[in-house]
Amino acid sequence: MAGYLLRRLAYGLLLMAGVVILNFFLIRLAPGDPAEVIAGDMGGATAEVLAAIRADYGLDQPLLVQLGRYLGAMMQGDLGESYFFNRPVSELIGARIGPTILLVLAAQVISITIGVAMGVMAARKPNGVLSGAVSVVATIGYAVPVFWMGIMLIILFASIIPIFPVEGMADIRLRNEGWLERMIDILHHLALPAFSLAVIFLAIYARLSRASMLDVLGADYVRTARAKGASERSVLFRHALRNAALPVITVAGLQFGGLLSGALLVETVFNWPGMGTLAFDAILRRDYTLLLGVLFCAAAMVVIANIVTDLAYRLADPRLGGET
Amino acid sequence: MSAADPAAPRKAARAESPLREAWVMFRRNRPAMAGLALLVLIILATLYGALLYGGDPYEIVWAPHEPPGATPEFPLGTDYLGRDIVAGLLTGGGPTLAVGAAAALLTMLIGVTIGALAGYFGGAIDNLLMRFTEFFQVLPALLFAMVLVTLFSPSLTMIAIAIGLVSWPQTARLTRAEFLKIRKLEYVTAARAIGARDGRIMWRVILPNALPPLIVSATLTIGVAILFEAGLSFLGLGDPNTMSWGLMIGANRAYILSAWWPVTFPGLAIFLTVFAVSLVGDGLNDAFNPKLRER
Repeated sequence: MAGYLLRRLAYGLLLMAGVVILNFFLIRLAPGDPAEVIAGDMGGATAEVLAAIRADYGLDQPLLVQLGRYLGAMMQGDLGESYFFNRPVSELIGARIGPTILLVLAAQVISITIGVAMGVMAARKPNGVLSGAVSVVATIGYAVPVFWMGIMLIILFASIIPIFPVEGMADIRLRNEGWLERMIDILHHLALPAFSLAVIFLAIYARLSRASMLDVLGADYVRTARAKGASERSVLFRHALRNAALPVITVAGLQFGGLLSGALLVETVFNWPGMGTLAFDAILRRDYTLLLGVLFCAAAMVVIANIVTDLAYRLADPRLGGET
Repeated sequence: MSAADPAAPRKAARAESPLREAWVMFRRNRPAMAGLALLVLIILATLYGALLYGGDPYEIVWAPHEPPGATPEFPLGTDYLGRDIVAGLLTGGGPTLAVGAAAALLTMLIGVTIGALAGYFGGAIDNLLMRFTEFFQVLPALLFAMVLVTLFSPSLTMIAIAIGLVSWPQTARLTRAEFLKIRKLEYVTAARAIGARDGRIMWRVILPNALPPLIVSATLTIGVAILFEAGLSFLGLGDPNTMSWGLMIGANRAYILSAWWPVTFPGLAIFLTVFAVSLVGDGLNDAFNPKLRER
């Protein structure tokens, strides 16, 4: 297991090196002088700043030397300098990565819990009303633009049922309260963004767990469990779901990149202070170092999520525990 | 679901082409036919609607934020500048659908090529191409598309290219799996035995037999591409001079609490389009895999 984890980590690092190389070439493929591209349109690209960038990035060196320096700096966590905010990119992202992780994890937990519950219930009666409802929800979840979902929720909850805050992550008036009050406040703000994002992905899990439960419910071990007199609940959740959960774990890992993309849109809708709003600011200011830094960190999050998924899969399926 | 009794006499002994058979199945599928009808209607509306309706979507024609139904001339009301929303909807669908279709085409082109090469040749080529595919799956698609559009140009062509570049990995995986499965079948061995070259076997022998799942995947890709385009335009990363559904939502989002209609109708249009596409996709899936239907 430890050897496996090490190999996975090494491969993850390799993928990240790939992202760095891609970033490097993206900057150089963009139209215009790379120094000006790095400085950004509104970063006050004076002659001194441009000269400083040329020296910093070694733009007068051969391409391979430049790449080597860039790769080395990135791998040490130096993501460059944002010339608009005048601060290191790693610092800017560090301040925003927490809220994004919170949003993504909350949405993931909500969508998997509700989705799997719906799927399990639907699988009990494959032609019942709930099964039909799952198909309808699944199709809607696939077709609704996530940012529009968020806007509709804002309209609903801001003017019609004002029980959830529709903007930001915390109420500034509570800044002097104790941590518990502030925590509850953040969760209160989290409700709508997390739910908008979860609705889109809920559909996938409902559909998937319904199909895999239908597979599993016909299996011999489920019949055995029923025959020995296990309660319906125990049959569904202890015997069947444990096996039906495997494809759900796989898909949860595969969906992580999509979830992150969705989070970026939802963040801009709810003004959630995460990496999505940061990326959006970077785009408005043509701050490419910052934008590419966000891309790098987002890719790193996907790599980590994939490793965690693999480990979860191994834990859930004891057959894989020892080998490879 | 049970297999046909081999002893039973077959009524239709005539060999039908699989595509024809699928179409017969598809026609019997009511949701799928409804989806197809809706999609045709939306395409016709975006192609000819603006001509028939006659309004200019960019022109300020009335007071801002006129609610729907208040003035018969503007049945869905006006936006924050006083532009006609119906005219916007009829004009804004064109770019969205065109980008969606172009991006899906590009996705299929890249995905099928890479997947086919990997699945057919296997070994080192497969390994290399799949590592390449995994690398692209690590990049969060929307963010990568945002970077491409920002660094290069916000033209419709660039948006289509960006969406194509971020969505091909799944198609590649699907194609690879199909090729892996089919390349071991007897008719492929037979084709090789009569001296067919690799290229011919890949594109003329295997690909036609791998088509059904690829067609379904292409349909669903169109839906995803439309959502992508809408998301990019919503963020203001689309072509600012071309009206599109996503742009309408983005431009009006600052006023949602005083006027719900300028954001609601374009969103509904996107939803209905993608909904129709997915009904067609599901229908095609059922038509190509009748055995899976009960699931």
